[in-house]
Parts: sequence; structure tokens; C-alpha cells
Amino acid sequence: MSENKQYTVSIYTENNIGLLNRISAIFQRRHMNVESLNTSPSEIDGVSRFTLVVNITESQMKKVIGQIEKQVEVIKAFYHTEDEIIYQESCLFKIKSELLFDERQIQNIIKESNARIVTVNKEFFAIEKSGRKEEIDLLHRELSVFGIMQFTRSGRIAVTKDEMKISTLLKAFQD
Amino acid sequence: MKETQTIKNNTHTSQTTERISGSEAVIKCLLAEGVDILYGYPGGAIMPVYDELYKYQDKIHHVLSRHEQGAAHAAQGYARISGKVGVAMATSGPGATNLITGIADAQIDSTPLVCITGQVGSHLLGSDAFQETDIVGISTPVTKWNHQITKASEIPEVFAKAFYIAKSGRPGPVLIDITKDAQFEEFDFKYEKCKGVRSYKPVPTTDENSLKAAAELINNAKKPLIVWGQGVILGKAEDAFKAVIEKAGIPSAWTILGASAIPTSHPLNVGMVGMHGNYAPNVLTNDCDVLIAIGMRFDDRVTGNLATYAKQAKIVHFEIDPAEVDKNVKTDIAVLGDAKTSLTDLLPLLHPNSHTDWHQKFKDLYKIEYEKVIKNDLHPTKEGLTMGEVLKEINLQTKGEAAIVSDVGQHQMIACRYAEFNKTKSNITSGGLGTMGFALPAAIGAKMAAPEREVIMIAGDGGYQMNIQELGTIFQQKVPVKIVVLNNEFLGMVRQWQQLFFEKRYASTEMVNPDFVAIAKGYHIEAQKVSERKDLKAAVKEMIDCEGPYFLEVRVEKEDNVFPMIPTGASVSDIRLE
Ligand SMILES: Cc1ncc(C[n+]2csc(CCOP(=O)(O)OP(=O)(O)O)c2C)c(N)n1
Repeated sequence: MSENKQYTVSIYTENNIGLLNRISAIFQRRHMNVESLNTSPSEIDGVSRFTLVVNITESQMKKVIGQIEKQVEVIKAFYHTEDEIIYQESCLFKIKSELLFDERQIQNIIKESNARIVTVNKEFFAIEKSGRKEEIDLLHRELSVFGIMQFTRSGRIAVTKDEMKISTLLKAFQD
Repeated sequence: MKETQTIKNNTHTSQTTERISGSEAVIKCLLAEGVDILYGYPGGAIMPVYDELYKYQDKIHHVLSRHEQGAAHAAQGYARISGKVGVAMATSGPGATNLITGIADAQIDSTPLVCITGQVGSHLLGSDAFQETDIVGISTPVTKWNHQITKASEIPEVFAKAFYIAKSGRPGPVLIDITKDAQFEEFDFKYEKCKGVRSYKPVPTTDENSLKAAAELINNAKKPLIVWGQGVILGKAEDAFKAVIEKAGIPSAWTILGASAIPTSHPLNVGMVGMHGNYAPNVLTNDCDVLIAIGMRFDDRVTGNLATYAKQAKIVHFEIDPAEVDKNVKTDIAVLGDAKTSLTDLLPLLHPNSHTDWHQKFKDLYKIEYEKVIKNDLHPTKEGLTMGEVLKEINLQTKGEAAIVSDVGQHQMIACRYAEFNKTKSNITSGGLGTMGFALPAAIGAKMAAPEREVIMIAGDGGYQMNIQELGTIFQQKVPVKIVVLNNEFLGMVRQWQQLFFEKRYASTEMVNPDFVAIAKGYHIEAQKVSERKDLKAAVKEMIDCEGPYFLEVRVEKEDNVFPMIPTGASVSDIRLE
């Protein structure tokens, strides 16, 4: 049996209601956990893009791609390994304001991690960090020591290193 | 409102626009798609459409089923025998959810359906209003496509798309949900048939190299075996298929839904594969050197244990749906495309062959199956009637011309094993979902779509009662279907499993049945019951000779089993004969 691997899935779709349901059902039926999910506009007008991260075997991945592409409103689906993509995740931390002044260490952490202070008020301050998963994990670990009031992170967004021939493909659909 | 007559007949699309209500637009869309019959059940949220139907009764025939599940199955029966899109309609909430079993059945058996449901007014959506259910959400996993319409102006485009999607490529069910306000709203109607959807490619392009590679494997095979499925029928590829197997001389076996694509008596037809399939094709699956799958999807009921399925063979898969390739069985060569085109293109690449020795193996194994199973089923010597001999009598009297609509259970396996088919699209049964209650309503749809054909429904006492209310539809619509119930007073198939695998603990499988003949007569359907062999022939004759609908109950042996059988998880070559 082959091993589970982390795959990033890019799905180009029509911008229609209900598609999220169809796509997530494909994973749910097979008991596959979606690690992260992001949907957004894509480089093509009127075409949406889903970016998902899953941990499954390559043969499972191929079958799932087939099932996804089979959905009428899916234009094209791709899957990529970690080294084929450039990706970012983003996160927000909310932390008590007093810590910012009392704990010098926090200021160092913020500086070294290239995080950005979004807002500061009397009760709390918020910092934002975009980066690879490990960078965010590291920042989370370092800040946990001091106490985090709130934490949230986004789904992954990714672009491929190689060209994705989706525009050519879309043109072919139109011809 | 002045009506401009834009739809002259059922096949023309309307060119000019006219101002009409959403519900009238629904009817005009159906007419433009050539729909002249639909099955359904009214209710509050779909009443505006029903009101319009009243006006259009001379153009479009609405069949009032007695349960929405019956409507969906009837539409399936209609679609399966005609190859056209079946249409079913229901109100919101319970009406819509009652359609779901039929939709799920159509999805797994690739049956083209367009289902229309009414929905509460759009201002009420999401408020748990009276009879509101999220039918789009509920039906998502079991539809090829679905859509909710909240504005009348969306109706033409969505309907055009729905029919296109339902029937193109690998067919399937589509659901359109229409809010009540959209049914009332007036708009400028204009209909254009859908010719394509950007994100949807119904038929993949066939790669010439894969075709050549497939031909080479087939030409060099010493022991090739074809397993064909419904793809041959759905793709209207029967003639091309016959030409291919005849030229290459390949023994060919069918999946349950592939039955009838070529006549049962065809010398290259070696029987059914799968759990209750024939001995030879199952056993020899694990002996062939090239397995050619055509329009079938390696369902687990066909393959048994995948770890031991045709491991020695090279696999060639002709398939329209790319997602089926390598899904269950890893192929060596996949030929994507529709069966008719790819088989037509394959033909000139094939060398003529006869594989005489290889055929002999099938004949030898058939003899074993005949002695151990078939003889007892068709020519029993013990007292009780067998299901097999009923089928044999029907074959004799219909000369293999009838369409057999079977329900789910032992009788289904017997019907599929023993029915003789001379014509394609003659085996209508619930394959992938195994839906008890399918047969009676499906037979109604089948008979209405093909009134010139003899349509005979075969059900068990269990499944018959799952949609027995459709006798009312038969009576009201005067549909001359022939209803045969093989009554063993058990949920036979489950009882067989209990006997073989649960130490004869017959938990809740015994049925105390009503007087079926009286029930049929209550619906003014001619009826008869037979319990003895000597009466069978005359009873079948009376049924066939009857011009109207007819009900025949045959009391069969209570504890007969269906063999051969591949127990779940076993290998196809470990098939049991007793
Ligand atoms: C809707 C539904 N419920 C339950 C089953 C499980 N099931 C499969 S076969 C069978 C027994 C069928 O009994 P009957 O209709 O009397 O036919 P027989 O097997 O006796 O020919 C049952 C309960 C099913 N297939 N469909």
C-alpha cells in the first residue's frame, strides 16, 4: 500500500451556488479529511478556484480528481505535491496589550518572524503573519507561552511553479 | 395576455419571445424538449405548474402516480426502454423527498431523468416554512446536476441545460427545484436548446493510440473474454458490439444491466457475470489472458474480491466516464469515448478469429452448471414450483420478445439468468441500488413508452408490496402491463443469506401476505393465482392473451435458493454451485 502524502488540490469551477457542497461531499463520502480549504476568484473572469489540502495516497488522489472533474460545473482539477507549488497561509493572533509592553521577548518574536501588527488598543493587540505552515506553527508555539486570546488561520492558497494550462483549456471549451 | 403560438410542435424551439408565467414556461420547455408524458403528484408548491398542465392536457399527458417514488421509477422505466429522458414532478417537502430513491437509483444506473420539484416562495427559503426542505442539498450526492430556480427568467436556460446534461455522455438524473414565486412571475419567454456547457465534456476524445494498443492486445490474446455492461445499450452500440465480437470470435458475458444488448441465444453470449452469474464466465474470468470490459464499471457485485479478480489478465477498458477507469480495477489500456464510435473504429483493426478451444472451456463449464443448477431450476422434478420454470414458460409464450421488468431479490436473479431476450433494452431492473419496489412503477413507464411491446413485471411478494399502490395508476391509466408475483412468503433473498450465513435464523423475513388476487381485483385488474405446475401454462397464456393489465400470482417453493453464488468477499472463481 502506498503512503499518505500531502497534496494541494486546485479546482477551477463555474461560479455557482452548491458546488462547494458537491466537492466537499466527494471527500466526505470517502472519509477523507480536508485539512484546509479556500475558495476565491481565479485569474479568469467568472471562474472560481478552490484550493484544498488533503493527506491521502496518490492513487486515492487520482480517483478523487476524476470524481471532482466529473461534476458538471467543474472546469478542471489538478493536484500538486509540496515541491510543485508556492503557497502561503495567513493567521491572526489576538494578545493582551500589556504583554506587548511587559514582555520584551514578544517584540523580538514579532520582529524575527516578520509578523505584522495590525492593530493595538488598550485591551489587546492583533498581529498577522503569512507564510508556510511551519512558520506559522513556530510563531504559534512561541506566542503560546505568553497566552493567546484568540487565534485563527486561513486555508492555504497556492500557485504552481509550472504553468497551469487552464486558460488554453478554457479557450478550447469555447471553440 | 395574448398568446403567440411559438412552439409549433414538440421538436421545434421557439424563436420569438412572448410574455408568459414561469409555470407556463415550464410546460413550454418540456414541449420544446419533446416531452409528451410525465409522471407526478401535485401539491401546494407546484400547483401553478399543474394549473398550466390542465390547459395543455392535449399536448402533454400527466400520469398521476400514487406515490412520488412510483412517479420517479415510472419515469425511469420510460427512459430505460425508450432511451429518452424520463420526467417526474412533485411538490416541495415530502413530495420532493419521496422522489429521492428513484433519483438515487437513476444516478447509479445512469438513467436520464429530469425531476421537477416545487419549492416554497423564495422569501421563505431557509425559514423552515411549511413543506420546505433543502431538496437541492439532499439530492446533490445523487444527481448528475441540480439547480434551484428563484426567478422565472432562469427557467428556459436551466431546463435546456437540464435536458442536455441528463441525456448526454453518461446519462443521469437532474433535479430542478422551482420556487413558487418563480412559477407565478411573468417574463419574456424564449427557448433555445442547449448545445454545450463550458465546464462539461460529455464524451471524452478517443485516443487513437489506445485504440491501436487495445486492438493489438485483443489480436494477440489466446483466451480473451469480454464483459459488457449497459454502456453498450446507452451508447446505442449494439450493432458495433456484435460486429466486434463476431469478427474477433470472443466469448462475451454481461453484467446485469448489459443484458439484452445482444440476443441471449447468440453463440458468443456466454452468460452473466457476478454474484449470481453463470459459472463459466465467472470462473474463466480468472483464466482469461485479456479481459475486455465494455461500458461496465467493475461493480463489487461483479468482481467479488478485487484482490483475486482477473489478476492474470491484461485489462482493456472501453469507457465513456474517465472517472471509472482504474477506479476498482487497474487497467492496462483504457479506451475513452462512447462505445459506438470506439467499437466502430476498433472493428477494422481486429483480426478475424474463432478461439475454438477456448470456447470449449465455456461449454464444458456450462454443462456442469446445467447439471447442478439449471436443470433443477427449469425442469424440476420435486413438487413445488420453481421461479425458473415460470420464466421458462414466459420465454416460451413470448418467444423472447417481451421486456422483463424485475424487482429486487431472488426472482430478479432468476429473471435475469433465465429470461430470453431477442431485443435490446429488454431487461429493466434496478442494478446498482437494488431498489425493492422498483418494478411495478417502472413497468408502467416502460409500457407507456413502448405500448407495442409486451411488458412483463416480475416481483417477489416483498418488493411488490413496496409500491403496490401503483395498481391504482395502472387501473386509472389503463396500462396493460402484466404483473407476475413469485410468492415464496419470504423476503427470499435475505432468507437465503440467513440460511447460508446466519445459521438459518430467519429474523423478520417471513411474510404473512394478503389475498393478492383480491387486491388486484379491487383495482379492477384481472387476476389469478397458481400453485400447481399443471396450471402454469394456461395461466401464463391467459395473462398474455389478456388485452388489459393482468395480475398473476405464482406460489413458488418457499425455501429455494439462487445458485450459483459468489459469497461476498470471495473470489469469482470460488463460485458455489450448491
Ligand atoms: C428498499 C429495499 N429494502 C431492503 C432491501 C434488502 N433486500 C434485498 S432482497 C430482499 C428480499 C426481497 O424479497 P421479495 O421481494 O419477496 O423477493 P424474493 O427474494 O423472495 O424473490 C430485501 C429485503 C432492498 N434491496 N431494497
